[in-house]
Amino acid sequence: MTIYLPIAEISVNAFVILGMGAAVGFLSGIFGVGGGFLITPLLIFYNIPPAVAVATGANQVVASSFSGALSHFRRGTLDVKLGLVLLVGGIAGAAVGVFVFSFLRTIGQLDLIISLMYVTFLSTIGGLMLWESIRSLLRARANQPVSLRRPGQHNWVHRLPLKMRFKKSKIYLSAIPVVALGFAIGILTSVMGVGGGFIMVPAMIYLLRIPTNVVIGTSLFQIIFVTAFTTVIQATTNQSVDVFLAGLLMIAGVIGAQYGVRAGRKLRGEQLRAGLALLVLGTGVRLGYDLVATPQELYSVAATMVGFQ
Amino acid sequence: MTIVAAAVIAAGLLASPASAQSRTPRLDIGISTNVIPITSDFAGEDLTVFGAIDGADPELLRADFYDVVVTLEGPSLESVVRKKARVFGIWINRSSMRFEPAPVSYSLSSTLPVELIADSIELSDLGIGVQNIRLTPTGAIGDGSATPEFRNALLRLRTADGLYQRDPIGVEYVSSSLFRATLRLPANVPVGEHKLRAFLFQGGKFVMERELPLSVVKTGVEQFIFEYAHQHSLIYGLFAVLLAMITGWLGSVLFRKD
Repeated sequence: MTIYLPIAEISVNAFVILGMGAAVGFLSGIFGVGGGFLITPLLIFYNIPPAVAVATGANQVVASSFSGALSHFRRGTLDVKLGLVLLVGGIAGAAVGVFVFSFLRTIGQLDLIISLMYVTFLSTIGGLMLWESIRSLLRARANQPVSLRRPGQHNWVHRLPLKMRFKKSKIYLSAIPVVALGFAIGILTSVMGVGGGFIMVPAMIYLLRIPTNVVIGTSLFQIIFVTAFTTVIQATTNQSVDVFLAGLLMIAGVIGAQYGVRAGRKLRGEQLRAGLALLVLGTGVRLGYDLVATPQELYSVAATMVGFQ
Repeated sequence: MTIVAAAVIAAGLLASPASAQSRTPRLDIGISTNVIPITSDFAGEDLTVFGAIDGADPELLRADFYDVVVTLEGPSLESVVRKKARVFGIWINRSSMRFEPAPVSYSLSSTLPVELIADSIELSDLGIGVQNIRLTPTGAIGDGSATPEFRNALLRLRTADGLYQRDPIGVEYVSSSLFRATLRLPANVPVGEHKLRAFLFQGGKFVMERELPLSVVKTGVEQFIFEYAHQHSLIYGLFAVLLAMITGWLGSVLFRKD
């Protein structure tokens, strides 16, 4: 079934888009991430103009993160206070990111920067997570206690001032690293069209030492707002949000995510983290290969139309 | 437009005596519509153009002495061609060339391959054929030695995308003086004002040209969404977010029981 996308200005096969949405939704349900880091490259690979892919990806993540955050809120695994502090940084970062995005578009290196950022972040985070999860899997096999929270063992983050008490997370933590993390991820959201869950989740677990059970819900909570903000900003500055495309992705994604959540419950924590690590690392390596390998086509052509870069 | 088509056919069949005196053949073309709508299920389309050679010499007609070329030129836009090069091991867009506005789509249909219809100078003068699409570089182009490289890349990429195409046997004679040309509009046909042109050749010599406008437009919901996104971008953005939230909420509610 062919469908014409009014903003992307191309005809696509609706089933391909639905399939992408469902597959990414399934994975995001399992691992508790928005899935933007998967959907945007997939859309670009399917010839959707990068500008539209990034903006529409952000819109789609609003749906999946809202759906996920609601489930977590009902189960009591969402720290609203922590989420709001993250959000302060997130909104500021997203606003800065949109200007960075427009600037990169004018100098014609948007694709490169997006690819480089993807490769750098995905490979680094994926690699670190994989290393950690393999170690804990090995430890679990050797019947040693598996614990991410080592009481009494604090890193530099915990010596910063402006401490706040987060009841639901049962932690006492400085607001500075929380806002900074939100800010960094806000920039990524607007430039890369991702929610940043794949960075947020590990950073909260390993850097801020927030208990894993509230991390996913809280991360999703703040991602809703940052991606919603990004969607509106992208719509007003670049007119590159395609609601047809986003709608198809959302419907399939939300359904896929529900099945993903069920599949995820059957897995253990370390297995989940190892799986997410492999997924993140795999995507990073794949994109990295594309940057280094000699391309089949050295040239690209762009006509100066609105919504195209 | 149906009126035009009817008039053309009538003229063609009657071969009026007035034009027969001068023995200069005339060309007329007609299309059933001058608006091609892009609907949500648009996957490319064939455009059929009817035409007649009026006042032609019947002997020459019988001997296939007349050739017809029909082209459809898309809207003209400025284009940038970028070339990747390896920098520190990674491939990045290194050099680029900007071209003055030129048709972003071009479809050609003819009775014979155009090279066999007329010589290259004539084709170039008339701007017939993909090779003769005028691509003039603008901005800093250095000594111009790189121009053919970028120009050929642009033609090759657009041809690969189906935007530039030709059908060397796409014009068929229905009767001795009536012809039918089929032009392919690709799925990615650009929206905007297109120009339909028909050329008549007599024994390799250009006789006359006809031109008709053709608009390719988005329709219905697609058009509405596009306009809304540009004119009321804030409300559009908020709507996109609302849509996402409703979808997300529905998803979590519908599946809650399990």
